[in-house]
Amino acid sequence: MEVFSVLTPGGYTTIQDEGRFGYQQMGIPVSGALDAFAFHCANLLVSNTKNTAVMEITVMGPRLEIMAAADLAVAGAGIGMTLNAQPVETWTSFSVKPGDVLDIQQVQSGCRAYLAVNGGIDVPEVMGSRSTYVGGNIGGYHGRLLKAGDVINCGRGKRLSGRRKMPSDMIPAYPPELLIRAIPGPQDDFFQEGLEVIFQSDFMVSTKADRMGYRLQGPEVRLHKGMPKSIISEPTMPGGVQIPADEQPIILFVEQTVGGYTKIVTVISVDLSKVAQATPGDTIRFERVSLETAHKLYQEQQKKMQRLETKLSDA
Amino acid sequence: MQADLFEKARFRTAGDRGLLVEYGDVIDPDVNNKVRSMAIVMEDNPPQGVTEIIPTYRSLLIIYDPAITHPAKLQNMLETLEARLGEIKIPPPRTVEIPVCYGGDFGPDIDKVAGQNNLTVAEVIKLHCEPQYLIYMVGFTPGFPFLGGLSEKLHTPRLETPRTLVPEGSVGIANNQTGIYPIASPGGWQLIGRTPVKLFAPARRNPFLYQAGDRIKFKAISAEKYARLVKEEAQ
Repeated sequence: MEVFSVLTPGGYTTIQDEGRFGYQQMGIPVSGALDAFAFHCANLLVSNTKNTAVMEITVMGPRLEIMAAADLAVAGAGIGMTLNAQPVETWTSFSVKPGDVLDIQQVQSGCRAYLAVNGGIDVPEVMGSRSTYVGGNIGGYHGRLLKAGDVINCGRGKRLSGRRKMPSDMIPAYPPELLIRAIPGPQDDFFQEGLEVIFQSDFMVSTKADRMGYRLQGPEVRLHKGMPKSIISEPTMPGGVQIPADEQPIILFVEQTVGGYTKIVTVISVDLSKVAQATPGDTIRFERVSLETAHKLYQEQQKKMQRLETKLSDA
Repeated sequence: MQADLFEKARFRTAGDRGLLVEYGDVIDPDVNNKVRSMAIVMEDNPPQGVTEIIPTYRSLLIIYDPAITHPAKLQNMLETLEARLGEIKIPPPRTVEIPVCYGGDFGPDIDKVAGQNNLTVAEVIKLHCEPQYLIYMVGFTPGFPFLGGLSEKLHTPRLETPRTLVPEGSVGIANNQTGIYPIASPGGWQLIGRTPVKLFAPARRNPFLYQAGDRIKFKAISAEKYARLVKEEAQ
């Protein structure tokens, strides 16, 4: 069913789901929504299962003409939005009808927002996922960013019986100063004073920040004396903090599969959503946590999502 | 002969969902064979909570769900499997033949590769087609094979300025490595030829023709044969 006609595409708008798993060994990165928390919430707000395909909006939103009656919700970055020139709220479901125009404007806080439609965005699955991998030209809408004139379909979903709204105490703030928790490794033994530098300094997000990775600027993170400058290429994980030759860290993201530089620390899974909302000029400080703490936080986050699911489905 | 293998696998923490297992710290066929064997054994006995097993030159990256399993548990299991590796039959690697049309527009750097190594173009082609190259790792772009075993006579440094667009199917050389670009992408390797075979076809039942641990053999073909194979691929 045709649901959106793209009038203007926005800054960098793609279709994403949770990602494409099982193909990293063939050079296919996982891709998927960068801010998993906001992505899950957007889906729950329109009664989808939490990993349904959505539109990922970056910095500047699209203008969409609505082609079918549906329930929508936008979660993530603080972003201005109007429906037929009347303001609508994020983190809250709203219904639309054919002929309506939804105008999603520029982010005021954070970087990425997720537009979910009940029934989910319907594009063909490629290797088990609807996520767009722009570098490989696969998935999503013809493997590319959305552009004006595109017509987007949605699947059949149950319409909401009432409005769903995110509890306000569960809506994250996106401050320009971020505390990001990380675990040393996999190559923390290549560093000594570098580990002190990474955990005790402020780093600024540079303009080179995208779905492949976020380049940071700050004090040099040096390898320990005598350690080799590169390693035999190995797979990378989202959240790995790589130290290239210029000694300025890069937080690796979801469109990267291998690399030959050392990773001094790795951002914990639950904090990747925070990084996904950082924009150039923001400050990042890394806080050291243990693997046990990271696992505990991961499990708490899962429980929180389950509680949220129950709470929203009562509405 | 096995001197490059670690006596005991080394484990590294790659965040709260990744366990990196190293079997050596050199690029070596024996080390890579161990990696391949362990990946096959793991895939045949998939442990609960493991979402990806990624083999590379000398290590395996195992991605797990921390709500289901724990790295200490995986480490135990890996050590047990490794100890039993001698009793488990590992299928031999496959050899995949890749036809290549060398030189001309398809291999704009072949004269330079020949010149820098004091060879004729015909000698470059012959030397490049001889080995059965080991696929150490697949990555960078979908299906890009990192191949070991390039003749020393063909070692050529990367381009000083990488190309912004290398056409799909291009075969290149970078220092002691050779490889193929399965999709059009930027790249700095010296291009010597092109294959008409689609190395990555997402809609094909098997999108890839090979995996890490398999072998590739190149076969020189004429421009006419190239054109014919392109037509066949399109059908």
